[in-house]
Amino acid sequence: MNISLTIPKTLDVTAIRKEFPILNREIKGRPLIYLDNAATTQKPQQVIDAIVHYYTNYNANIHRGIHTLAEEATADFEQTRDVVKTFIGAGSREEIIFTKGTTESINLVAYTWGRKNIRAGDEIIISNMEHHSNIVPWQILCEEKEAILKVIPINDAGELILDEYEKMLGSKTKLVSIVHVSNALGTVNPVKQMITRAHEAGAVVMVDGAQSAVHLDIDVSDMDCDFFAFSAHKLYGPTGVGVLYGKKELLESMPPFQGGGEMIKEVTFNKTTFNDLPYKFEAGTPNIADVIAFKTAIRFIESIGKEKIREHEKELLEYAHQELEKIPGLHIIGKARDKISVVSFIIEKAHPQDIGILLDNRGIAVRTGHHCAQPLMDRFSIPGTARASFAVYNTKDELDELVNGLKRAVKILA
Amino acid sequence: MNPDLSIAETEKEIIEEFALFDSWDDKYEYIIDLGKTLPVLDAKYKTDENRVRGCQSSVWLVAEYKDGKLFYQADSDAMIVKGLISMLIRVLSGRSTDEIIEARLDFIREIGMTTHLAQTRSNGLLSMVKQMKHYALAFKIKDPVPSKN
Repeated sequence: MNISLTIPKTLDVTAIRKEFPILNREIKGRPLIYLDNAATTQKPQQVIDAIVHYYTNYNANIHRGIHTLAEEATADFEQTRDVVKTFIGAGSREEIIFTKGTTESINLVAYTWGRKNIRAGDEIIISNMEHHSNIVPWQILCEEKEAILKVIPINDAGELILDEYEKMLGSKTKLVSIVHVSNALGTVNPVKQMITRAHEAGAVVMVDGAQSAVHLDIDVSDMDCDFFAFSAHKLYGPTGVGVLYGKKELLESMPPFQGGGEMIKEVTFNKTTFNDLPYKFEAGTPNIADVIAFKTAIRFIESIGKEKIREHEKELLEYAHQELEKIPGLHIIGKARDKISVVSFIIEKAHPQDIGILLDNRGIAVRTGHHCAQPLMDRFSIPGTARASFAVYNTKDELDELVNGLKRAVKILA
Repeated sequence: MNPDLSIAETEKEIIEEFALFDSWDDKYEYIIDLGKTLPVLDAKYKTDENRVRGCQSSVWLVAEYKDGKLFYQADSDAMIVKGLISMLIRVLSGRSTDEIIEARLDFIREIGMTTHLAQTRSNGLLSMVKQMKHYALAFKIKDPVPSKN
């Protein structure tokens, strides 16, 4: 018998790059090398086209209009909800709330579920590697309710110290809000295991998926999180669109977030009754065009396949680690065993800001600073890092350019 | 500063120096070299009070008023900012408060450093310029008719 081996087709990066018009840009006379994907990814032509197509052909306000344009726009908008539902493995479309981004999704939970359920003395657990968006809403809530914010520490590799987490969980724990993948370190946290433990303690769990949704396979039902938040613009989609997934029974029990159109059933001056899920949480005219184009972005990802993208990005990450570490004085911050798509580093005697400016002179876009995670920078006693983060269209050649740019920066700054 | 040159003349001098470079890398290399020549600011001045807000890097600025003129000293932990500061000091330090307040500082645009004035960069060149002018305004109010004392 012949055994045939199926060799997985590798990613055709050249073809993929052609779908991103912005990659043709030159910055200061050199081709753009975009390595700031954890901040936002670039958009393929089809996503840009979907926005233009909507405004050109069926722009209308959705849900109440009975004319043709309104019906077409509504159908297209609502189709995105179904696509998102499948994309993250939610149980029903009512569990998908459109927001303007991860930050708003987290705030929605803090202001509705949080205000209703958190009492004085209750405890909320976050971690030392949270983005400010998953710190500040809980701080505001804790201050208002006289509740206590607890922080899971991390080790030098940039991994959560789970023993400490276990010790924190108790009868007073009402909520655990944890980042799935760290934006500054790339660490992948074992959220499934953490959720199980939190549920055993009777706590509700929110997962900040801003960095994970584009790279990892997300199945909220399997993960069993109570809330999951992410943004379209980090998934090759438009800015101004976010998703809040919530378990139906929780969403139903929560008071509305904002009042206005769309979220009501009936309004009199005596009493207003609220609309059903998901509209209860979608007051006002939503970001119709960008929600519509978001599903094009998801289809783009699915047409390539997350696994293939992951393989490609893993190769880039390993290559980046290997090559960057050859630069004298360079230290990588965040060496978690489970890590994706982000490499943060500092260089002795070179301020991250100088590195960022000098790389920009060569057309290379990286992020420098504290990455909206100041407590994390404090943990490593550094003011900030330079961060390169990868997407499907990046290449090893680009990383070679990054390394060359860094070597030159080090030479100039010394 | 060169006391024989006015602010406008010093600006012109800087613009001419930068005209020699044709690549961005070279321009920045020069700025970094300028930063390296900036005299070290005594640690006692590196206080929160002297820190210029709105910078991704740390910038400290000290101003001293003497004989109707304002003298600046500054430092930063980032080299490019330091270079930019050294140019500002070259143009503005040792001038009268009126001269500083009225300085247009067109050289920043002329040498292609406008991006550093943008809020997004938040690397503090704009904050630096504002702070230097604030000092001039403050001393002008204190000493409206500069007297050589």
